[in-house]
Amino acid sequence: MTTITDAIPLSWILVLAGALFCIGLFGVLTRRNAVGVLLGVELMLNAVNINLIAFWRYLEPHLVAGQVFALFVVVVAAAEAAVGLALIISLYRARQTVNVDQADALQG
Amino acid sequence: MNTVIQVVFFIISTIILGGALLTVTARNLVHAALWLIAAFFGIGALYLLMQAEFAAVVQVLIYVGAIAVLVLFAIMLTPDLAGESDTPIFRHRWMALVVAAALFGILIVPTVWNHQWSIYTPLEGSIVQVAAAREVGTAFMREYVLPFELASVLLLAALIGAIVIGIDDGTRQRILTLAEEFRLRQKPKD
Repeated sequence: MTTITDAIPLSWILVLAGALFCIGLFGVLTRRNAVGVLLGVELMLNAVNINLIAFWRYLEPHLVAGQVFALFVVVVAAAEAAVGLALIISLYRARQTVNVDQADALQG
Repeated sequence: MNTVIQVVFFIISTIILGGALLTVTARNLVHAALWLIAAFFGIGALYLLMQAEFAAVVQVLIYVGAIAVLVLFAIMLTPDLAGESDTPIFRHRWMALVVAAALFGILIVPTVWNHQWSIYTPLEGSIVQVAAAREVGTAFMREYVLPFELASVLLLAALIGAIVIGIDDGTRQRILTLAEEFRLRQKPKD
């Protein structure tokens, strides 16, 4: 049976994940809206997860460590998104803005 | 068969990268969130192609189901009241493009291409054992049971933290409903 390991070199998937990471980084650096910044962070986290799954599939498919690690990254990403969006809503309530350039004060 | 897998891989890559590019460049944030969902679906398909079916299901459930909806809610709860639409949506556009392109072209691609990956090569005629959802579940209940419990504590802490941060203390203005928001926007035009 032909599987992905015969058809596609590992480096193709790694380059795809690298491109996704850089696109996410671009989004984080350019967006003014805090929700837009969070979207870029999610893209970067997904790029890392693609890498973890690819290394698992190509290097040690009989073990489960790679998949388990990717699932823990998903859990942490979900927690990060929930707290991050709550912070954005709290910021909006305090300052009436979600522009990261205007959230420059440490005191309320 | 190899060609089929390669074609599928290129289609999935196009969906992922196209969705990601439109996510970071779309001017409308709701459109950006919808393109992000497309990219998440592509990543889930890539997991399926790599025979990580449990990760694919988790990807669709958590990212497409939960995080994307959370993001859409956050966008709708924080409308642009301060009239920020006249300031540009993006900042440092060219500098960020140079940084991201340099990271990709100078650091990532040469490193990936010049490294010898010690790919797992099965013996002739033997079938590669790929750990399925069953093995992952067993591992979560055996050797990874402590991190598993820690993850649930982390999720509980995040849940309580998000509620505490987001809750209305009653003294400040509460979050407006969409109907109130609409009325507030109509007023200046009268």
